[in-house]
Amino acid sequence: MADIKFTEAHEYILVDGDIGTIGITDYAQEQLGDIVFVELPEVGRAVKKGDEAAVVESVKAAAEVYAPVAGEVLETNKELEKNPALVNEDAEGKAWFLRIKLADADELSQLMDRQAYDSFLETLS
Amino acid sequence: MTGKERSAPARQNESASPTYSGNRGLLIEEPLIFEVGDTATSGVDLPEAPEAASRLGKLARREPIGLPGLSEPEALRHYVRLSQKNYAIDLGLYPLGSCTMKHNPRANEKLARLPGFGDIHPLQPESTVQGALDLMAQLSAWLTELTGMAGVALSPKAGAHGELCGMTAIKAAHDDKGEQRSVVLVPESAHGTNPATAALLGYSVRTIAARDDGTVSVEAVKAALDADVAAIMLTNPNTCGLFERDIVEIAQAVHDAGAYFYCDGANFNAIVGKARPGDLGIDCMHINLHKTFSTPHGGGGPGSGPVVFSEVLIPYVPIPYLVRDGAMRRLVESEGAAEGRKPFGRLTAFHGQMGMFVRAMAYMLSHGADGMRQASEDAVLNANYIRASLRDVMSQPFGDQTCMHEVLFDDHFLEGTGVTTLDFAKALIDEGFHPMTVYFPLVAHGAMLVEPTESESKASLDQFIGVLRDLAKAAKGGDQDRFKRAPQLAPRQRLDETRAARQPVLRWSAVEPAEAAE
Amino acid sequence: MRYLPLSDADRQAMLARIGAASIDELFEGIPENVRMSGLPNLPLHAGEMDVERQLSKLAAKNLPASSLPFFVGCGAYKHHVPASVDHLIQRSEFLTSYTPYQPEIAQGTLQYLFEFQTQVALLTGMEVANASMYDGSTACGEAVLMAHRITRRSKAVLAGGLHPHYRAVVETLSRHSGHSVRALEPIPNGGSGEIIAGIDDETSCVVVQMPDYFGGLHDLTPIAAAAHERGALLIVAVTEVISLGALRSPGDMGADIVVAEGQSLGNGLNFGGPYVGLFATRAKYVRQMPGRICGETVDAAGRRGYVLTLSTREQHIRRERATSNICTNSGLCALAFTIHLSLLGEAGLRRLAELNHASAVGLADALSGIDGVELMTPEFFNEFTLRVPGNGAEIIERLAEKGVLGGVPVGRLEPDQPELHDLIIVAATEVTSEADIAAYRSALAEVLKHDR
Repeated sequence: MADIKFTEAHEYILVDGDIGTIGITDYAQEQLGDIVFVELPEVGRAVKKGDEAAVVESVKAAAEVYAPVAGEVLETNKELEKNPALVNEDAEGKAWFLRIKLADADELSQLMDRQAYDSFLETLS
Repeated sequence: MTGKERSAPARQNESASPTYSGNRGLLIEEPLIFEVGDTATSGVDLPEAPEAASRLGKLARREPIGLPGLSEPEALRHYVRLSQKNYAIDLGLYPLGSCTMKHNPRANEKLARLPGFGDIHPLQPESTVQGALDLMAQLSAWLTELTGMAGVALSPKAGAHGELCGMTAIKAAHDDKGEQRSVVLVPESAHGTNPATAALLGYSVRTIAARDDGTVSVEAVKAALDADVAAIMLTNPNTCGLFERDIVEIAQAVHDAGAYFYCDGANFNAIVGKARPGDLGIDCMHINLHKTFSTPHGGGGPGSGPVVFSEVLIPYVPIPYLVRDGAMRRLVESEGAAEGRKPFGRLTAFHGQMGMFVRAMAYMLSHGADGMRQASEDAVLNANYIRASLRDVMSQPFGDQTCMHEVLFDDHFLEGTGVTTLDFAKALIDEGFHPMTVYFPLVAHGAMLVEPTESESKASLDQFIGVLRDLAKAAKGGDQDRFKRAPQLAPRQRLDETRAARQPVLRWSAVEPAEAAE
Repeated sequence: MRYLPLSDADRQAMLARIGAASIDELFEGIPENVRMSGLPNLPLHAGEMDVERQLSKLAAKNLPASSLPFFVGCGAYKHHVPASVDHLIQRSEFLTSYTPYQPEIAQGTLQYLFEFQTQVALLTGMEVANASMYDGSTACGEAVLMAHRITRRSKAVLAGGLHPHYRAVVETLSRHSGHSVRALEPIPNGGSGEIIAGIDDETSCVVVQMPDYFGGLHDLTPIAAAAHERGALLIVAVTEVISLGALRSPGDMGADIVVAEGQSLGNGLNFGGPYVGLFATRAKYVRQMPGRICGETVDAAGRRGYVLTLSTREQHIRRERATSNICTNSGLCALAFTIHLSLLGEAGLRRLAELNHASAVGLADALSGIDGVELMTPEFFNEFTLRVPGNGAEIIERLAEKGVLGGVPVGRLEPDQPELHDLIIVAATEVTSEADIAAYRSALAEVLKHDR
């Protein structure tokens, strides 16, 4: 069963077994503005929790996307290279950035669930 | 762009234009040179080359280049028409914080063009350019006197280049002592070039938070200092327009920790003749000749960023530097010839922005000690006059306090209006003003940083103040539309920057990409 | 004071609104012990006439290039610039405008930058160019850093013919940013063999100047092939941009990045600055390209317009992750370049290049005919190297005494290579007349005669 977790830096990870699909949240894309470019990692790369996994650029800002947990990069979303605007349209759906094979599922417990993330967002406004 | 037959340029967006030509009075729509010129036309009459056996071998060009040419009248028209779409200091106030958009004296242009300055080559024998070396020495003397520092590197080509110069000298000093330090302290309000320069040199950046009044406290610096810190980079006055009052103690703490103090001199205009950075304990400071010393911005450059140094860093100053050789002056141009010094290397070919040295020297001679002090006082007076005239209708992030040469507002006063800092700035354009600096420094939300400089008359300031009061009133009064659609009266309305970044078109091409796809 | 519009009455009224009794109150934020009580120890203000007099005296102590037979090149060249160029760049809207961050009121600047970028791409034979850098040497340094980023390697190989100042700039940047440089020996008329042999699997880029600083020409195609085979990039540096009117473009020969000094078009000698750096590369590397870039777009009314774009590479957004720390370009110098080139057009540039080459050929023939003088670079554009019987620097000094500025002694650029100290680098341009050539020939013959 797929389970979604969030970080305070506005990344999400959708977990299915030992595969995690990582992207940025809807809140993040709204803050960034029109996305113009996404820089994705190489397949096969190993990332630790907190490593820079990708970079997302809007007209006025560039933001690092950090790996919420450790793992190995299995796949990246080629669609984003052609159509970065997808991040604005469907950040938490079709505009996922990368898929990893989890190295340590225990790290997920340090992340927020949907409810906790929504409460966290309220503290920001 | 085809042969000699040239028809009228294609009309743009016919439906939106109120005129047949697309022109509006004095504002002429002007196509690209590639759409107007052709490869056979030339506006320069050159004699035919005499017959000579070619020495180009097999490397002679075989393909055409594709460059358009224009006759002289067409060229003049093209560029004059372009010029009329630009705002400029000569047109009106640029209230740009930390840019110091002061008047560019025309005498400076005349003097820089004297053949004795403009028509000399950097590598002609030094005996034939002693006047140029004398001018560089004179500029150095004035800069060190004004800053209270021991020496100066003139070669950096712009402010950011000057930062690189200062920070590399600091790194060289640590390397020379065998110190391995990997961290540089930078306040969160710093200009982006500061962390970029540190990163270029392999340092990691440790950010220092500002206190409630926007300045950096010596306690915060002491808490961040350790044996791994190579330097602190501070702007003074800072990017919020405030003098860093703890700066002397900060310098002391930095030195006690074995680190150096780099001062970003972008805001020097506030304190020329009023305080000397050298007295504050700094080790090096870059100076923007195109800010404090009136050399023209030229639409983005050229600048010039000489760096003043304290005694401890002089040994590491880059080549070339000036020395005396009896009655003559010379440049030390190689590391091998640097007696008693250990220059960290060379930052640029040749000797620096001589054209800007002449202009800056003319400015300094014109103002003199009394004029430069008066200029700083007027700059600070003008900024505080703006602050006092707007404090009741606009909001300041650190409360209302005396500022130096620039005043910082934030977007708090626009809360609930739906008008953003960007919208507010664009509305200024329709009123005939260039917007202030926006969204910098990052420590203020929706920052608006206003620096009038001493070149503005009271009448000019009063008009600017009147416009801002009217805009603030309109925003609070709910007139969102005026702001969202602004500017309406400029040569172009808001431009689609997203499209420019998503589908970059960075040059003219013979075939339009869209046409090719059809 | 002519530049300060405020009157004392103004100042009083303004202080009253602020609520300060005197201007000193506004400076109380400066700690008392560092506040200056007196004026700086410098002269007081001076009128325009006085300033003119003072600076004219200094200018008069210098020998302008136009005043005598002049053959100094080596990275900066004496050319004729049409009067329109300087006239246009002094228009207020060009001279006194700011960086085009508010594009709606800067379309003049943005359009000429777009035209400039296109001209640079065409000249260099590359796909995309930026809106200029400070100069050719700093552009070269930035190109090397860019190659390191792209290849994720850290070693640059510099051909021996790279201008010693450019070499020093690259070495300085590398030394302090944790990269390494292998600089090959400078040899006039050196071939590509040594360069190719110097490329290995750790090389990120090889930097070759064309024409090289001795004036010699090189076919870059085999060097490009060798570099690409090892996964390295070819960076080509051009110090005399007018050569691109007569020679195959670096892009045509396989360059990945081209940097150039644009001073020859539109810009005077100015004792070394301000100049204008050109930077061009392949479209696939555009996001790694430093400096400002101008792009085309549309405005809210659907009209074509221009903006600075791809800014997220730059320091004001990326901060410590920026591609470089650069803030300014060389705006007004780029404008002078583009105006001059628009006036010349393709036909004009080609003819100008022909004239330069013909001058240099005539000069080389005249000088190498003198006993003891040897031409070291059989193929050249408008600059070549001579071996002279004696110390090059001394001969240049003696030529100067005879009213001829004969070129650059290699010893000035390579003080630690005594085997090169009998070489001088000589340039000729469209400005060089038959009389100049004759004057040089006779002066050199006399100088060498007295040496015997």
